[in-house]
Amino acid sequence: MEMPIPNPDVIARKARIVERLSVLLPPGTVIHDEMETRAYECDALTAYKCPPLLVVLPATTQEVADVLRICHQEGVPVVPRGSGTSLAGGALPTADCVVLGVSRMNDVLEADYDNRYIRVQTGRTNLSVTGAVEEEDFFYAPDPSSQLACAIAGNIAMNSGGAHCLKYGVTTNNLLGVTMVLMDGTIVEIGGAHLDAGGLDLLGVVCGSEGQLGVVTEATLRILRKPEGARPVLIGYDSNEVAGACVSDIIKAGVLPVAIEFMDRPCIEACEAFAHAGYPDCEALLIVEVEGSPGEIDAQLAVIKKIAQSHDPVELREAQTADEAARIWLGRKSAFGAMGQINDYMCLDGTIPVNELPYVLRRIGEMSVEFGLGVANVFHAGDGNMHPLILFDANKPGDLETCEAFGAEILKLCVEVGGCLTGEHGVGIEKRDLMLHQYTLEDLEAQMVIKDAFDPAWLLNPAKVFPLSVTQSRRFVPLSAA
Amino acid sequence: MKMKEPQTEGDLADFLKSQASPVRVVGGGTRGGMTEREVLSTAGLSGVTLYEPGALTLVAQAGTPVAEIDQVLAAENQRLAFEPMLHQGLLGTDGASTIGGVVAANVSGPRRVQAGACRDFLLGVRFVDGSGTLVKNGGRVMKNVTGYDLVKLLAGSWGTLGVLSEVSLKVLPDVETQTTVLINDLDARAAVAAMAAALGSPYEVTGAAYDPATRQVMLRLEGFESSVAYRAGKLGDVVGRFGAVTQDADSAARWRAIRDVAVFHDVPGDVWRISVKPSDAPDIADRIGSGATLFDWGGGLIWACVPEGTDLRRQLGGFDGHATLERGSAETQRELGKFQPQVAPIAAITERIRARFDPRGILNPGLMTSPAEG
Repeated sequence: MEMPIPNPDVIARKARIVERLSVLLPPGTVIHDEMETRAYECDALTAYKCPPLLVVLPATTQEVADVLRICHQEGVPVVPRGSGTSLAGGALPTADCVVLGVSRMNDVLEADYDNRYIRVQTGRTNLSVTGAVEEEDFFYAPDPSSQLACAIAGNIAMNSGGAHCLKYGVTTNNLLGVTMVLMDGTIVEIGGAHLDAGGLDLLGVVCGSEGQLGVVTEATLRILRKPEGARPVLIGYDSNEVAGACVSDIIKAGVLPVAIEFMDRPCIEACEAFAHAGYPDCEALLIVEVEGSPGEIDAQLAVIKKIAQSHDPVELREAQTADEAARIWLGRKSAFGAMGQINDYMCLDGTIPVNELPYVLRRIGEMSVEFGLGVANVFHAGDGNMHPLILFDANKPGDLETCEAFGAEILKLCVEVGGCLTGEHGVGIEKRDLMLHQYTLEDLEAQMVIKDAFDPAWLLNPAKVFPLSVTQSRRFVPLSAA
Repeated sequence: MKMKEPQTEGDLADFLKSQASPVRVVGGGTRGGMTEREVLSTAGLSGVTLYEPGALTLVAQAGTPVAEIDQVLAAENQRLAFEPMLHQGLLGTDGASTIGGVVAANVSGPRRVQAGACRDFLLGVRFVDGSGTLVKNGGRVMKNVTGYDLVKLLAGSWGTLGVLSEVSLKVLPDVETQTTVLINDLDARAAVAAMAAALGSPYEVTGAAYDPATRQVMLRLEGFESSVAYRAGKLGDVVGRFGAVTQDADSAARWRAIRDVAVFHDVPGDVWRISVKPSDAPDIADRIGSGATLFDWGGGLIWACVPEGTDLRRQLGGFDGHATLERGSAETQRELGKFQPQVAPIAAITERIRARFDPRGILNPGLMTSPAEG
């Protein structure tokens, strides 16, 4: 994985940079000991590691501003970091960079139930945002699988989603405002407790900008009243096509489930072996969940069951109790753990138009044979986001590379059928080199223009999102590399 | 007046590549515009190019009339959930609103408070920028974080960054029925509190408006018949403490009137659109003084009709939100600026972005900058 050559001039100035930062910041904020900085050498894309020049863990927005101002003056690249759960290498450092971690900033600043928002410091974990409002029966909707650990800062950077996004949207649909620090240390407020932008929707472009436009330290998030209840139904089919048709019919009937999850046979078998949730022996499994009052849930499920039956299922199981509901979800929720038991695996994240699923699964099956690696598929059937899980052996030389090559072909296929490279995880470093499969140079230039406007020096997380060859003229190239 | 009506994206790119003087981009012309400029019409870029009901996806060229899209969707029992306003009544304009215009102005109606705005349903855009370069962003899938989200940036950019040629939208199922729960005889403070209680309930209220003239709060419920009946009863229980509760089954017409701000049709005065923190609405309305108001989005949106030429932003002072001049003379718009001025760092970033997308300053120049910003 190509990364920019670290700037030897910056590395040579390490002591001075440490000094300038340490003078301004409380003790313990600046971490420069090589043993300690190792903890920040990678995120959840553990195949790639590089210890940074140093790490700073500020506790306030002003401290973040001070750090960025000094780094700007010294020409030091900065890699922002939430909880380091990125699967795309979004927080991967270079040897000349400062990792700026916001995990110390995790307070709830304000919870306003009349106006239905919560304001938090962005180092706070996703699940603990809901945790802060659940006593009042409210919740924060975007729910990535990593929500126990991932930070709001990362959610905003990657525009994270989750299983409930069909009904509630992703982070950008639930973000009302931010306090953000620009690379030169300027602190700006965008949005607030009101709806819609007063001019250009800069909040909309900041969300999903992968830490390249500024460091978001505070966020105003939409909170919603929890529905009265929810209930899942499990449907097993003997073919992917039929499962896909069932989903399509449910949507056309006017029912909007809160989640529609799909698992293929390899995934079902792995989950069953691991979690013993009692999943049926079939080609394709759907878990459809609806919300509302008990009466409304019954009414929606009646429609869904009728449709499901019309397609001749192998199994149709409705949860009658909370326990049964938990069992239905158990297998699906342990999917990644189940795969991890079998082998090392790589989790992909492409999106496809939902009706293309059967074709894409067939092609993935063919590629699995070609590349000689097993693959299981989890799919958010309501919104088209796929998570192929490719099994490989990290100890076997060449297996990682084969796995990556297989993954790249799957993502190209996603684009080919009218989808995109990444639905939730972001580009990071992982999909940088595939960007020109989805976008032209002009398309990418239009995006880079935005970064030019926010961070003209291209110091914030400069090695991510765009192919390095495309950004080369904008990033500092050390003289000694010429 | 020279009018150009490109028939293809290529035509559009050619036109903008060679265009040296400012243009006014026109879809249906229903939202006003700087009439002294050369017109660039999107009428030739019309038609639905893809519609998959089972995937909740529709793709249409930007010049497609919204009415046509509504019809196509209705045939499959689906709709644009953000219910865009029709401006003709308020602004006294003719013409047919186009989807490109709706997206460019991020036009969203009462349901925005629950379902989201136009920009929340926008999946992808194709546009030609001011240098004649064709750009695409997003696509036609709901989950897409591949690079920066220029889809959100183009929504509400009023043609100042580029001329939309095609948009992809998420659509939703239409509803079987709707009803409106009314709470009668409330002042603004009680009204906003009642709407907060309603929107904070689990009964999925899809519209929350208040008309100070009638002192009536209106709360919409939509869905399957049994669900709506159940929720209306429950909602009545929740808001009963605020005042006398009645119900109006002739709900659709009422919400169209709120959507289109019917109260200010054929009424003299300038109209402002103010986005606020809902609980601030009563205070903001007080500051408006001698002017009529209409609250939507639970109080998060205030429509105000004030004497012509009023500098309402000065009158309001500082607040969490922004005020847009929706209806006013060209002179007033020039003097006060249509949009709330931005703070310096944001204005600078905005200017840099605009300068790169429109280097020759031909796309609705001046429309989104304040007189102070120049």
